[in-house]
Amino acid sequence: MIDAQWETLSNQAVAAAGVVYFLALLAYAVQWAALRDVPVRQLVGTDGEPVAAGPGDAAADVPDEEVAHRTETAGRLGLLLTGIGALAHLVALVARGMAADPNRVPWGNMYEFTLAGTFVVVALFLATTGRWRLSWLGPIVVGFTLCVLLADVLWLYEPVAPLTEALESYWLVIHVVAAVIATGAFTLGAITSILYLLKARSTRQTGYLARLPELASLDRISYRMHAFGFPVWTFGVLISGPIWAHQAWSSYWNWDPKEVWAFITWVVYAAYLHARATAGWRGRNAAILALVGAATLWFNFIGINFFSTTSQHSYAEGAGTERSVVLRLAGPVEAAEEVGVVVGPDHAGT
Amino acid sequence: MTDPLSRPSDARQATALPIDLDARGLARWTWRQLTSMRTALVLLLLLALASIPGSVFPQEDVDSLAVSQWRDNHPRLAPIWDRLDLFAVYGSVWFSAIYILLMISLVGCIIPRLFVYARALRARPPRAPRHLSRLPESTSYTTAAAPEVVLERATTVIRRRRFRVEWEDGSDAVAAERGHLREAGNLLFHLAVIVVLVGVAIGSLFGYKGGVIMFNGEEYGFSNNLTQYDDFAGGSLFDPAVMEPFSFSITDFDVEWLTEGPQAGTARKFVAHLDYETEPGAETQEYDLRVNHPLSIGGTDVFLIGHGYAPVITVRDGEGNVAQSGPTVFLPTNPQTFESFGVVKAADAQPTQLGLEGSFYPTFSMGRDSRGNLTMPGSAFGNAIDPLVSLQVYTGDVGLDDGSSASVYVLDKSRATQLLKEDGQPFRMDLRPGETVTLPDGLGSVTFEGLQRWNKIQISRTPGKLIALAGVVTALLGLLGSLFVRPRRLWVRARRQDDGSTLVEVARLDRSSGGDPETGRDELADVVAALQQDRQGEQDPSDQKDQREDMS
Repeated sequence: MIDAQWETLSNQAVAAAGVVYFLALLAYAVQWAALRDVPVRQLVGTDGEPVAAGPGDAAADVPDEEVAHRTETAGRLGLLLTGIGALAHLVALVARGMAADPNRVPWGNMYEFTLAGTFVVVALFLATTGRWRLSWLGPIVVGFTLCVLLADVLWLYEPVAPLTEALESYWLVIHVVAAVIATGAFTLGAITSILYLLKARSTRQTGYLARLPELASLDRISYRMHAFGFPVWTFGVLISGPIWAHQAWSSYWNWDPKEVWAFITWVVYAAYLHARATAGWRGRNAAILALVGAATLWFNFIGINFFSTTSQHSYAEGAGTERSVVLRLAGPVEAAEEVGVVVGPDHAGT
Repeated sequence: MTDPLSRPSDARQATALPIDLDARGLARWTWRQLTSMRTALVLLLLLALASIPGSVFPQEDVDSLAVSQWRDNHPRLAPIWDRLDLFAVYGSVWFSAIYILLMISLVGCIIPRLFVYARALRARPPRAPRHLSRLPESTSYTTAAAPEVVLERATTVIRRRRFRVEWEDGSDAVAAERGHLREAGNLLFHLAVIVVLVGVAIGSLFGYKGGVIMFNGEEYGFSNNLTQYDDFAGGSLFDPAVMEPFSFSITDFDVEWLTEGPQAGTARKFVAHLDYETEPGAETQEYDLRVNHPLSIGGTDVFLIGHGYAPVITVRDGEGNVAQSGPTVFLPTNPQTFESFGVVKAADAQPTQLGLEGSFYPTFSMGRDSRGNLTMPGSAFGNAIDPLVSLQVYTGDVGLDDGSSASVYVLDKSRATQLLKEDGQPFRMDLRPGETVTLPDGLGSVTFEGLQRWNKIQISRTPGKLIALAGVVTALLGLLGSLFVRPRRLWVRARRQDDGSTLVEVARLDRSSGGDPETGRDELADVVAALQQDRQGEQDPSDQKDQREDMS
């Protein structure tokens, strides 16, 4: 296949993934609509903790056999469609990488990063849903992915282009893959944290919120997502990032706006992990901290790319790619205006 | 430990200030507050908050040009910003105060925990609580085997699961514990953070970073000493004696321009071919310096971070003498098309000093607006296909007389006069390589001899970077331990019941804050299964043999 065909395949696969995700969302909608008015019966799990029956356990607490059958089938269909959508999503990513000349990893700009990030969200959901019984998370994950993919295609789409010089490094693979995976995990964690806060305020006996797992269980799931994402983020931002920055820009930490915000995100999530172990901060406050972390994460991705003119990480537009090498000149060369030697304290590192 | 559910962090809570306090009490209270988890949390959030201004306002260290632009645009705010260190956030007193407090808090929290941990390592697993069935993870079954036999097996089974097992003589319960590595990881992580900070501090105190703009050719070589740098910043404890005595020159520079595809017009594959010597008299070696591929000489790294055009311009004065000659650095004003701006100064020219200022277009073209009318000239492409310099001329004092350090990229026009044509329009000359223009009024002539290239080379030495790297990697390992190792306790109690059978109770307690019910359930089930399996094996020796074979 030639590059243009790969590119077409990638675009078609994105469209297919979108359609299948939409069908999955419809299936989930059918499932939850059927359970709308069925009151939740509290079950006691083997660990002694009460668990609310999710739709996966629908047969257990829904008196009407027909409703039980319908919800179960719809739920399974939803999961199956989500899986098929994820496959199409993966094809889109791979084809995107194959379309470039030379072939490369498909995360060179915002469109590709978002495509990869949403894939990680779905993949993580699919990987954990069986063991952690996350079927209730299905409609939210699919709905979220669908919206983000739509925005990605509408506003961020860019034709396939080769990487700029500064990006041509195997550290791109390592650094960005870590950032993508961590972003996916943190996003899932943020979703469960929002659900935690909503459920904490809700007193209803029927409907979606009532069918979510207990607060303690939601908190735990959210913690696991963050506990997975945090080391990956640490590796991406504080290990592979500086190594690459040292190679490309001669200094391992430049206080570039993107770096600053990645650091802020790291600090906030570190605070989240501490908060879960601190009296008076567990639960609600920790969940709010997790959301603050997610806000800094997404601001870093969207805000810095679009609003910061000084960031060397500005990959927002096609034109921005060259910037990383050349704009760098404007700084140091102009700084050389004071011809002569300036020996002074270097604040950059401390 | 009396409360099996307590965590180490619970002991470190901030408390209200008691009323009657002497100085020692106050000091102790302050220390307790500072090292409490809540304070650490607040300091962490403050650190995040304090980092924000540095990403909003330009920073002196990162982009001093942007800082001066910001100053020009906000003349009233700038002095206040200066006072608040908002142009140097990450070196400011208040930013340092936050992270130093955080480090003190961290040390104050970690050191006592080191002792606690050392004691916990030696301590025996705590005895079984009286009512095992009240623990959240517990189960029980009855068996015909004697309690001692059950407990004997329990020690074997649990030990095989790599627990530390304790069965006191005469006790009716076996106690076991594992997962101390969680706290070890936790401590390691926090200690490693300090190592990282030390590594970074070494780099910024003893390191240096400097830049130099170089032309191609042996005659424009660079040797590593302070006088050769265009810009240089050393740490406050930097000693020039550590600078390695290498030297190099750029023999050639290659760049590949894309002429098709969506990225057409951009450049890639920049390569500066270097000849370098690690010390005077050493053998000359070659290196292809590229972006992402720095040259390391000893502890110093040499980077290629930019490039541009340097038209070679010769200025002859009114008496026919060469007043200025050689390549002149033109700085790109457009990173795509490499339209560049530069200045030539001829201070020795007679009868009057000459200053030239203008643009360089690698591929000259007249711009067109949407209706096809000619507009401002521009560069169509970054490659030098049809190079042209367009210069205007200034006479009088062009700013080299008083010896003050004037920028080579700016023409000081305050005491210079622009050369005008007879119709009063500014005199402008457009030169292609090889062309010469004679200036009016017998001022001299200007020749565009040809085109040179310049490379911006960054040279940095950052001692301590490996310490910092080792620190972060250690921190990550510690983090993994502190997040994923599960400290937990297991108890097995066996008691003879009235009917002669033995009631075996098994309970498990997860002591990590992110306890995992599924894993707990599985582990408990596995232990019970193993206990029961062994019991069956005892009853039927052939069974036992089979099981051994299964397991091997």
